[in-house]
Amino acid sequence: MTGAASTNATNAGQLLALYEQMAVIRRTEKAAHDLFLAGLVKGTTHLASGHEAIAVGASAALRDDDYVFATYRGHHHALARGATPEECLAELMSRATGLCKAKGGSMHLTKASHNMLGSYAIVGAHLPMAVGAAWSARLRGTGQIAVAFFGDGATNIGAFHEALNLAAVWKLPVLFVCENNLYMEYTPIGDVTAVANPAADRAPAYGIPGEIVDGNDVVLVQEAVARLADRARAGDGPSLLEAQTYRHFGHSRTDPATYRPAEEVERWLKHDPLDLARGRLAELGVPEEAVTEADARATDLVQQAVEAAKQAPAADPREALTDVWADGGAAWRT
Amino acid sequence: MADVITYREAVAEGIAREMRRDPSVVCLGEDIGAAGGVFKTTVGLHKEFGSERVWDTPISEQAIVGAAMGAAMTGMRPVAEIMFSDFLACCWDYLANEIPKVRYMTGGQVTVPLVVRTANGGGLGFGAQHSQATENWAFTVPGLKIAAPATPADVIGMMAAAIRSDDPVVFFEHKGLFATKGPPAPPDHIVELGQAAVVREGADVTLVALASMVPVALTAAERLAEEDIDAEVIDLRCLVPLDTRTVLGSLAKTSRLVTVEENPYQGGWGGTLVSVVADEGFGLLDAPVRRVAAECVPLPFADALEEQVIPTADKVVTTVRQLTAY
Repeated sequence: MTGAASTNATNAGQLLALYEQMAVIRRTEKAAHDLFLAGLVKGTTHLASGHEAIAVGASAALRDDDYVFATYRGHHHALARGATPEECLAELMSRATGLCKAKGGSMHLTKASHNMLGSYAIVGAHLPMAVGAAWSARLRGTGQIAVAFFGDGATNIGAFHEALNLAAVWKLPVLFVCENNLYMEYTPIGDVTAVANPAADRAPAYGIPGEIVDGNDVVLVQEAVARLADRARAGDGPSLLEAQTYRHFGHSRTDPATYRPAEEVERWLKHDPLDLARGRLAELGVPEEAVTEADARATDLVQQAVEAAKQAPAADPREALTDVWADGGAAWRT
Repeated sequence: MADVITYREAVAEGIAREMRRDPSVVCLGEDIGAAGGVFKTTVGLHKEFGSERVWDTPISEQAIVGAAMGAAMTGMRPVAEIMFSDFLACCWDYLANEIPKVRYMTGGQVTVPLVVRTANGGGLGFGAQHSQATENWAFTVPGLKIAAPATPADVIGMMAAAIRSDDPVVFFEHKGLFATKGPPAPPDHIVELGQAAVVREGADVTLVALASMVPVALTAAERLAEEDIDAEVIDLRCLVPLDTRTVLGSLAKTSRLVTVEENPYQGGWGGTLVSVVADEGFGLLDAPVRRVAAECVPLPFADALEEQVIPTADKVVTTVRQLTAY
């Protein structure tokens, strides 16, 4: 599902493709939620319903070989960068066919063959990694860039500041994309942060651009990422994009999100990324049947993925003792 | 080639050999460039390889190790310096949670070929926050290889193995050994990780030591020889992989074991080693095992106090004497 470089989302056909990607992600998240309630997914999940436009819009603006690093709320990034719903759901369901052989789980979806280099569950830890990948790209002269997607909560972690400074001082091709969903886990980010825009307002301290975008509008996200990616590729260094969005679910499976004011929830649910894209499609003259067909294809794909994952064999216990070392094994002594 | 080389020169030489061989090897760290490192362990690298291969960083340990990780995941072989091993705590997330786990939790999709070099240990009077022997911090984490050479030639040979390793290696250079001298390493010298060295053969007792404790154990062995106690000294060289085969082989000969550790007794690597011996080599033993290790206190400043805490040859001799009388 990786987006083609420089897709022009104002083109109706391409916007419809992005819409369909978002629809697939929305349905995959719903499936993950339902499978959890059915007892088929253990542990926890951090669903990204509501954040789809950021992953899909950004991916559409990136090259296929650009590097992406995500957080424990990263299903949408894995899917947008080419992981299939089947391998993601199989991973959540502890199946041998899972994306990471069921060793990663919901918080660690990784598709290295597509340069989606992982989802990291220690808040902010992956920002320096993205800086390193950008450094590597520069050293190898490949023209690739690295993108770190992270939440608003990560902006108060030391690694955020160390990463921004190093990227800026080394002028590396890295793009920091903050998914500001207004809540740091259960706490409003504004209650624990000294500036109004937790990411963008910090950018001037590192001498880099800090932009704010409506993270629920796939077209605006794509345009912003394309612009900042071009800047990075041109050698002008890193930048920071704060994409404003909202979680449809709580922080994780155990969080009913009752701390959020009803009117706030209502306001944001009316600003749904899929609805916004539908509106843009209508403006471009795309017939409603085409959108309905896209929805139907997304529904079929995810339903098939659920069934296939259910049928897949369970994780092989022998795999517990592989993959620690590059030789495939786990032996620590002679 | 010079007749002798210092341990600190061996660090730069070992890195330089790999940088000449492999263009994907790059260095990053605080003051490592034109300044040559605060311990002068990177002298000459910046001059030879330039600022596109040898990168000075801000004081940002998380960014240094995190960036090294990202670079290692994407085709480079970074060698990151964390100045004092005490500062590993500032980037412990990367050493405990990120670097050693990413290969596993991605089901083998990602490999992290990097080296984190750091100056370890006491003996120089640097006080409690610049003197710790921290190799045991790393030893608790599955997924990190741990090298701790004791001689200049081993520094070069193990640096080659560490940089060429497709796995992450934490490379502990001992501060107390930087000024020591030894024979230079021949061209293409490689010491595979996980191979201990029997540095003194003996028949009565096996002393297993690491890094700065190797010369301490050797000094103790010479004194014990005057008492007709013939000690075998093993330089462990690595904690992961841990060469238990060489230790068990030595015990088959000596039947007595003493570990000599700079780290505090509690949680020290000697505890793991003797547990392996208890599991698999109990029948080889004719006496209890003993561990000579540091006291469980922060490292004090004054020499006289530091000597009270860290193992000395005297302490090793006393322990071995008791054991041989058992």
